[in-house]
Amino acid sequence: MHHVVLERWSRGASPLHRRDARAKIAGLLVFLVVTATAHRALAEVAAGLALLLIAAAIWARLPVAGALARAALVLPFSLVFAAVCWLAGDPARGLALAIKSYLSALAVLLLVATTPLPALLSGLESMGAPRFLLMVAQFLYRYLFVISEEAQHMRIAAASRGATRSGLGAFRAAAGALAVLFARSYQRAEEIHRGMLARGFTGQLRTLAVPRFRAADGIFAALAALAPIVVRVAVERMV
Amino acid sequence: MAPLVEVRNLRYRYEDGTCALRGVDFRLEESEAVALLGANGSGKTTFVMHLNGLLAGEGDVEVCGLAVNKENLPTIRRKVGMVFQDSESQLFMPTVLEDVAFGPLNRGASPAEAVKRATAALATTGMAAAAGRAPYHLSAGEKKRVAIAGILATDPEILVLDEPTTFLDPPGQCALAELLSGLPQAKIVVTHNIRFAQALCTRAVFFQAGRIAAEGSVAGLVTRFGWDFALSRK
Repeated sequence: MHHVVLERWSRGASPLHRRDARAKIAGLLVFLVVTATAHRALAEVAAGLALLLIAAAIWARLPVAGALARAALVLPFSLVFAAVCWLAGDPARGLALAIKSYLSALAVLLLVATTPLPALLSGLESMGAPRFLLMVAQFLYRYLFVISEEAQHMRIAAASRGATRSGLGAFRAAAGALAVLFARSYQRAEEIHRGMLARGFTGQLRTLAVPRFRAADGIFAALAALAPIVVRVAVERMV
Repeated sequence: MAPLVEVRNLRYRYEDGTCALRGVDFRLEESEAVALLGANGSGKTTFVMHLNGLLAGEGDVEVCGLAVNKENLPTIRRKVGMVFQDSESQLFMPTVLEDVAFGPLNRGASPAEAVKRATAALATTGMAAAAGRAPYHLSAGEKKRVAIAGILATDPEILVLDEPTTFLDPPGQCALAELLSGLPQAKIVVTHNIRFAQALCTRAVFFQAGRIAAEGSVAGLVTRFGWDFALSRK
């Protein structure tokens, strides 16, 4: 079984890991708004916010370089839009888009890397996120690796019967494998649904009690929300 | 005394036209353990899926004196605990404890009560230490134990196990037989594993082309149908 790096990170034991998911989500939301609305002295503000996130990553005992590299996964998407802005004659807007999306991705990554998924989902739920959406996220997360493992088994089976990984033949085989994978995933979904019905599922996912929100979580949420505001205001005044 | 399960002339045809059951009659008495033997595609799994209303064919199915119909389904699903072949599909919650508590919560238990029941069920199956772990980090044997705990937490009267030894190594199979034989519930076990059936079951029925062709002791049916590769070797 494969274990994603992020999940391993999220099971850490730093002070940031111990904080309630809701406090971290609140902090993240403020950070995202502060980042998205920054426009004056953007480069300097972005540098300040990046330093804030790096400090948080160090506090959470996460490998900083690894976190920075993983957040860059968002760049291929945002760079397309940045290129469109640049071609439209507004390079500054394109650059702002790339910077803001990278910072936002890094901030989200910090939340995900310091909060185990069950806690994150129950935190989002108690903050009013749509339950159905969270259920989909939960099932996707649970079965993504099961499905990817099935795909790998199929690839090994194809390879052991002499399939190559290049050329038109490989493309056709991959298309066929994808169809089989879809059928299998559908079958799996039906099995899961039967398993749920057999245990009395009636359409509403009931969960165990959400952990208590402590005073320390409240203080953390307030500080996490204040920090990006202070950084932005201070940098904007200095420049 | 009324039987726990009584099935009369059960017939079922899948949507693609495959006739899976062609008139099955079956009884399960209190604290019995019955093995369902037979070839792949002979109707064993289709049959057990009728016992808690996951499939609905023609004929009569009664569980604990209740007809299996839409009105009785919540009660019947409480009484029949079904352990599926692939535990991976049965364990869908993020942690073991949440998964085992899923059934009790659906039955209307409070979160505290659900945790209490889940913890007790995990202790029964020897998985108490895994409560906080993610199901996909467990071995096949551990997953099976957690799946069984998930069923026990709902306090069923009948356990239905579909190919419970799949993915388990011989020591795992042995440990599972020990665990199950210590549970007081009546059991229906769909299996190809003859030694497992012999260790656990007091009676067996043999499915053939959607019907029960014979019933008797596990050893008797195995001999009669040549249902063991060691016996059928010339």
